[in-house]
Amino acid sequence: MIALPAPLLSVRDVVMRFGGVVALGGVSFDVAPNQICGLIGPNGSGKTTLFNCISGIYRYAEGDIVFDGTSLTGVKRHRMAGRGIGRTFQNVALFRSLSVRQNILVGAHHLGRSGFIANALRLPIVRAEEAAAAARLDALLDLLDLARVADSPAGSLPFPTQKRVELARALIGAPKLLLLDEPAGGLNHAEVDELAALLDRIRGPFNLTILLVEHHMSLVMRVSEQVVALEFGRKIADGTPAEVRREPEVIRAYLGETAEEDLRHAASA
Amino acid sequence: MDADRTVSSGRFGLTQALGMGAFLAVMVGFAFIADSYHLFQLTMVVAYAVAVLGLTLLTGYTGQISLGQGAFFAIGSYSTAILMANYDWPYWATLPVAAAVSALVGFLIGFPALRLGGLYLALTTFALAVSVPQILKVNALSDFTGGVQGLTMDKAEAPFGLPLTGDQWIYLFSLGVGCLMFLLAWNLTRGRTGRAMMAVREQAVAAEAMGVGLAALKIRTFAVSAMITGIGGALSAIAVQFVAPDSFNFFLSITLFVGLVVGGVDSIPGALFGGAFIEFIPNIANDISKAAPGAIYGAILIGFMFALPRGVGGGVMAMLRRARRRPLPEVR
Ligand SMILES: Nc1ncnc2c1ncn2[C@@H]1O[C@H](COP(=O)(O)OP(=O)(O)O)[C@@H](O)[C@H]1O
Ligand SMILES: [Mg+2]
Repeated sequence: MIALPAPLLSVRDVVMRFGGVVALGGVSFDVAPNQICGLIGPNGSGKTTLFNCISGIYRYAEGDIVFDGTSLTGVKRHRMAGRGIGRTFQNVALFRSLSVRQNILVGAHHLGRSGFIANALRLPIVRAEEAAAAARLDALLDLLDLARVADSPAGSLPFPTQKRVELARALIGAPKLLLLDEPAGGLNHAEVDELAALLDRIRGPFNLTILLVEHHMSLVMRVSEQVVALEFGRKIADGTPAEVRREPEVIRAYLGETAEEDLRHAASA
Repeated sequence: MDADRTVSSGRFGLTQALGMGAFLAVMVGFAFIADSYHLFQLTMVVAYAVAVLGLTLLTGYTGQISLGQGAFFAIGSYSTAILMANYDWPYWATLPVAAAVSALVGFLIGFPALRLGGLYLALTTFALAVSVPQILKVNALSDFTGGVQGLTMDKAEAPFGLPLTGDQWIYLFSLGVGCLMFLLAWNLTRGRTGRAMMAVREQAVAAEAMGVGLAALKIRTFAVSAMITGIGGALSAIAVQFVAPDSFNFFLSITLFVGLVVGGVDSIPGALFGGAFIEFIPNIANDISKAAPGAIYGAILIGFMFALPRGVGGGVMAMLRRARRRPLPEVR
């Protein structure tokens, strides 16, 4: 028998309510190190809410989230990056008027320690930190094909480019766990393919474990080793892509949504 | 989409260094060509510019609207005035105290400010500005503050037997302090701390996810902002040799805010234009029409905002970009 590696992320019976709405009704699953875990489910099933619970933006009412051996319950939001959790946002949360370069450098904030006084005096520690961050930045600009727009305000760029900036901003912080919330949203077919290739390319060198929320089933199924499916804040499937795809509950949830969307399209036509 | 805008990344080349050197030479040169009245005005430009600079960090960079910055200016002014008038301190020795007292008050104001955002913070700081003259008039404090009469100080003189008049010296002294403040602020904003400030202004949730502690950053920014504005106040007290409560009414706070916007909210050099605007435009308006200087001031202000909607700092940046226009970045 082979010993399973200790999970890097362990979500245990997490409950999150908004007033009367139960966004997460006791969700549990584990993600092993260096895996890509797809998180799927219809709109409103609680995927983003779970991300926000992991990154401390929401405080869950019950349950626990254990990351890298320690509980994240009660950990302040701004400590999450230092713990090794990086993320992107479903609707892109860039610093719009800052340049691409500056945006990405903010992602390296938690790697530095220089404070107000050191910065105001431009002490050697500040120069050293800036140089280190700049080296990482240059590598990422090349990797994500952002060098040409490095000095443009992030808010002025097309949506797919903004998504790459967000990815670079997360990567520069050297996260152990990367939370990607619909990274393929708004991308065309070719761009989705590129994203899949990119995720494949970076996971090894960056030593990443990825939790990937995505509607593009083909992308999720292609890149993930594990898939977790949510519906109405409950886990309805957890396994390999092939297993999850066969799960009757998943088929029902997705067929249900497709049928609904067809109806909506028909109504608006 | 304005994809051809580029954002300055704070790099400092030879051209900038030469430009800065030339600018400083001119500023120092003024000390030897301007008469004492104009030297006084220029000293006040520096004092107001430093005050606006504090606001630039707080409101322009970090996005915390302060309509009460005049309170910090008053605290700096009174710290200096009390030490000089009551305790015979030399003017220069009062500056660190004025800085420390202002920073402390800013730090304390920062705590309630954490819970308030946007317009609520604006109103709260405004309330602070409104209350300052009243506090300065309180009888119980009048032994220190001089009450309604205020305090009068001796004129500063040039040290070490330098062949300079008091006006020349105070101008050069203020210019030196001002340069130091601008250098510190520029350093602060071009690195890790400055990026964190702007990140908080643009997208606080994302900034936190990158590891920026909002509470610590905002409170420290309040303290630094108050400290710098307080030093501006101290410089003005030294130049005016007089402080009284009604010089620090809420209109001062609004005036500083106007200086901020006119100069360009997130432009460090823009603060200097803001200081010049505060010092000169009311006089110019008065020269144009003795009957309705307020209306002229308003008209000039509106004209400025139409011509330079992003302030002088923003306008100059846009001009520089046009001058060395790069081809449109190709984006996929
Ligand atoms: N901040 C919030 N306040 C109130 N309700 C919320 C909030 N965030 C999410 N919800 C609710 O929680 C449920 C799950 O939403 P979400 O996590 O965004 O779903 P998904 O990302 O899977 O589409 C929805 O019913 C949504 O309305
Ligand atoms: Mg979502």
